Amino acid sequence: MVSFSIRRPFATWGARLVVAALFVSACGGSSGSTTNTASAPGITATQITIGSHQPLTGAAAPGYSEISKASDAYFQWVNAHGGVYGRTIKYMYEDDGYNPATTSTVVHQLVLQDKVFAIFNGLGTPTHTAVVDYLNTQKVPDLFVASGCDCWNQPTKWPYTSGWQPDYIIEGKVTGKYVNDTYSGMKVGYLYQDDDFGQGGVTGLDTQIPAASVVDKQKYVPTNINLGPQIAHLQAAGAQVVVLYTIPAFTALTLLTAAQLHFNPKWVVSSVGADPTTLAGLVSTFSKGAAGASLLNGIVTSGYLPATGDTSSPWITLFKQIHDQYISSLPFDGNVVYGMAVGYSFVQLMKKAGQNPTRQGVINTLQSGQLDQGPGIVPLGYSSTSHLGYLGVQMATIQNGAAQFMGSIYTATSDPTNATVTACSTCASKPMPTNGIP
Amino acid sequence: MLGVGFLLVAALVVWAIDPFDPFLVYQLSSVCYFAIGAAGLTVLTGLNGQLSLGHGALMGIGAYTTAVVLKAHTDLNPALVMGTATLVTAVASIIVGAAAARLRGPYLAGATLGLAVGLPGVAVRFSNIFGGDAGTSIPALVPPDALSSIAPEVWLTWIGLIPTVITFVLLANLVRTRYGRDFRAIREDEVASALNGIRVARTQVLAFVLSGACAGLAGSLLGYTSNLAAPGSFPLTLSLLLLAAVVIGGLGTLPGAVWGALVVVFVPSWISSLNDTVHLPSAVRDQLPLALFGAVFVVAMLAFPHGIQGGVVRLWQFRASRRRPGAQEQAADL
Amino acid sequence: MNYFFVLTLTGVAAGMIYAALALALVLVWRATRVVNFAQGAMAMTTTYIALAVIQLTGNYWFGFIVALAAGLLLGAVAERGVVRWVENGPPLNAVILTLGLLLILEAVVPMIWGAQIRSFPAPFSIAAMQVGAAFIPVSPFNLFTVGVVLLVMVALLVLFRFTGLGLSMRAAAFAPEIARLLGVRVGRLLTFGWGLATMAGALAGMLVAPTLLLYPNNMDAILVYGFTAAVLGGLDSPIGALVGGLSMGLALSFIGGYLGPDLETAGALAILIAILMLRPQGLFVHAAERRV
Repeated sequence: MVSFSIRRPFATWGARLVVAALFVSACGGSSGSTTNTASAPGITATQITIGSHQPLTGAAAPGYSEISKASDAYFQWVNAHGGVYGRTIKYMYEDDGYNPATTSTVVHQLVLQDKVFAIFNGLGTPTHTAVVDYLNTQKVPDLFVASGCDCWNQPTKWPYTSGWQPDYIIEGKVTGKYVNDTYSGMKVGYLYQDDDFGQGGVTGLDTQIPAASVVDKQKYVPTNINLGPQIAHLQAAGAQVVVLYTIPAFTALTLLTAAQLHFNPKWVVSSVGADPTTLAGLVSTFSKGAAGASLLNGIVTSGYLPATGDTSSPWITLFKQIHDQYISSLPFDGNVVYGMAVGYSFVQLMKKAGQNPTRQGVINTLQSGQLDQGPGIVPLGYSSTSHLGYLGVQMATIQNGAAQFMGSIYTATSDPTNATVTACSTCASKPMPTNGIP
Repeated sequence: MLGVGFLLVAALVVWAIDPFDPFLVYQLSSVCYFAIGAAGLTVLTGLNGQLSLGHGALMGIGAYTTAVVLKAHTDLNPALVMGTATLVTAVASIIVGAAAARLRGPYLAGATLGLAVGLPGVAVRFSNIFGGDAGTSIPALVPPDALSSIAPEVWLTWIGLIPTVITFVLLANLVRTRYGRDFRAIREDEVASALNGIRVARTQVLAFVLSGACAGLAGSLLGYTSNLAAPGSFPLTLSLLLLAAVVIGGLGTLPGAVWGALVVVFVPSWISSLNDTVHLPSAVRDQLPLALFGAVFVVAMLAFPHGIQGGVVRLWQFRASRRRPGAQEQAADL
Repeated sequence: MNYFFVLTLTGVAAGMIYAALALALVLVWRATRVVNFAQGAMAMTTTYIALAVIQLTGNYWFGFIVALAAGLLLGAVAERGVVRWVENGPPLNAVILTLGLLLILEAVVPMIWGAQIRSFPAPFSIAAMQVGAAFIPVSPFNLFTVGVVLLVMVALLVLFRFTGLGLSMRAAAFAPEIARLLGVRVGRLLTFGWGLATMAGALAGMLVAPTLLLYPNNMDAILVYGFTAAVLGGLDSPIGALVGGLSMGLALSFIGGYLGPDLETAGALAILIAILMLRPQGLFVHAAERRV
């Protein structure tokens, strides 16, 4: 900082450049007056290299391994349409098998050996916890962590780290408000994963649902393979509404186990575990003859991205087109939409950061609040004091294998002591730029 | 001493390959903790004949001790922290070892497997102490101000090499003492050992505690290297990987522990680097490192039944025997 | 429904599956004195093959038979192809070899079929049966599971106790040198033993998938519980595998239900260790045959 004030003429000149670049990008960014330089590690005149840690093998791989491929497909689409200031994006996503010790190794490899510009969308709370300090001491942008832990939003402690999806507490609050408004007086039960995801969700739910209404709170850990005890306990407690903070496989296991026990409460499922495409596949062969999709009818969930089945959304139409072109072997599900949407945010960030961005410059751009919501239905909340992404969610019901949004879009804060949930009248999907490229 | 020699040679080799590649240096710190863990396991399994599938969990005890101690005293000297982790794990190993001394072969494997699978659940249960599923952070080792020009990964590796060398020196000497002979005697014949006045059960527990202490130290170093103690860092896979390192390196030999550590650290990263250079369908690309790593296990067992160290010794003896017939009789133990 | 009653019945249903895999491990152990860590992954592989066949033909039973046949083949190929070459080496080498096979299978299967979680059909309804107005938490599929595992158990007992083939297999396993002198073709019998074992494993895979879904790692936990079940029962005993499997199933269910799901594994395995302290060779080993 000191050196900047001494070399003021240069700094001013540099600032002018940034302003010019922003102006150019605002005008469509087709012609720049300056040339591309290798302005930061991982950025050359022709390429931006970014890295990520993802579970490609092991128990967490099903489902989640699609996200990085979808982001990569979106980047290939952007590259085929001129890239970012003429640079192509090279996305190196490495397998960590959801083991934090391995995450540490692959992130060191990406930073030290592959010299990536940033770590993008690293997946998982325990895994990313292992590298967040390292990335911040090395001043490597740690963008859009793929986890809804509210912990990523600590700009003072971790200035280079940011979340992206609404955190679990926010989602829990909005879900809790819906449950309280809609099923008032009914007995509510929870089943949640015993980690930051489930605990965050429960924290949010508890701010809205009176303790007297909650008749049972059951939890599981992903190493459990039999949910019989939990489901039987909820059944015995007489729960009429059951809120699930479960990952998709355990949502399916819950539905299957409940069907085995003839337990039919009203299901309310976190957006993490309610992707209709995935779930329909998982229960498709449930018992003989019963159609899988119909078993899901009426499940209440929430979302912040357009629903995969919403063919009227231009975003979904485009994402489906990119999917068919680059990753047609994967199912077109919520993970694919997630991966492409977060890819959009990254491309927009890089465009807004100017023609020759630095690592610090990208963080400054993020904090300037210039990112629009892209495919999302709620605004992004980035500022110098907040590294939280999407600020809220909208409730939805699953009908015939597709989620249909209903009611208002709500925002909330991550503060567990603040029960306020606000209906956002200005929130709505925004039009898509040409080719879906910001 | 051969073990220490090999470790130093390995260190030199790594530096010689590319003295400026910081990631290679970082990987060396992983080699250190794998080598310490494998050395402990090779003493237990190779010399004393007790099989353990639970050493990954013992490493977890070491890492969690490190995290908990550092949470209370952030700036505590790493030597003290590692010492505490070693001691705590050694104490825990007395209990495990006492149980293990009653069991043999696959029954011992089953019981220690129970340890590997069950222990991470305890960390989730007592989340107020251990941080639950997300674990407890371990602050990175940073060089003192006077040496601040040293990169953190280089400093980490230097700090890691010290306990590694100490461990190998101590073990290399210990196996030559009466205890080492007792370990081997029990492996060969328990009844004869007992008749010769060796207290079998006590010696077996001792071997387990020694081995567990190594695992605790290795776990502490793993914690420093990955900056976290979390249940996900100590899956059953870690225990199996340690065992694979020991057998592929050469069971019962300290240089073998180093070979094994080098294999489990470098082979996956080489395969994945190689993988990045060829263009394959993504479904194949994602899985190829795992498949090839599995193939390494299979091929190693078919080609080197006595591990890499066995192969090296045989090669050396073959060369020696061409000059001096009869040298092949020499025992390969250590 | 009574909570204890539900825990018992879900425990039994899970226990039968552990028993099926434990049985596979026992058969391999009896044949070659190897603990086959790839047993679960082999079962996962044959279940994927079965799913492909079921989707192609629309017939569950055709897939069922193909899975068992694929198991027989896969086990035989694994023994004859790779395990044979390490059988006379140091005992741990075979363990590391099977770990290698485990990694290869868990990588190759998603290369072919993708890493997504898949739904798997059941031949009978998995929903609890209704008796009058009340439900009993037992599904027709649970009954099928129990029946088919018991059937296999009886078939194996008959094979080993009352047939010449079974006698030769026992001879080949316990005293290969003498058996060879007596004209028993030991190699072939070991191959057959592995094939038979993997067929039992394939059965476990078919029983797991309808309620616990199918994905490349879906048998990992089943392998751990199956192995502890086999150890609990005494690795040489098919009856022990059954009793061990049921004990593990019930223990996991009760501990998960009454103490909490996070302690499920830890608690069940603490029981295993406690029992091994009392019976270091498992529950069903006849005399102390500890090597002296």
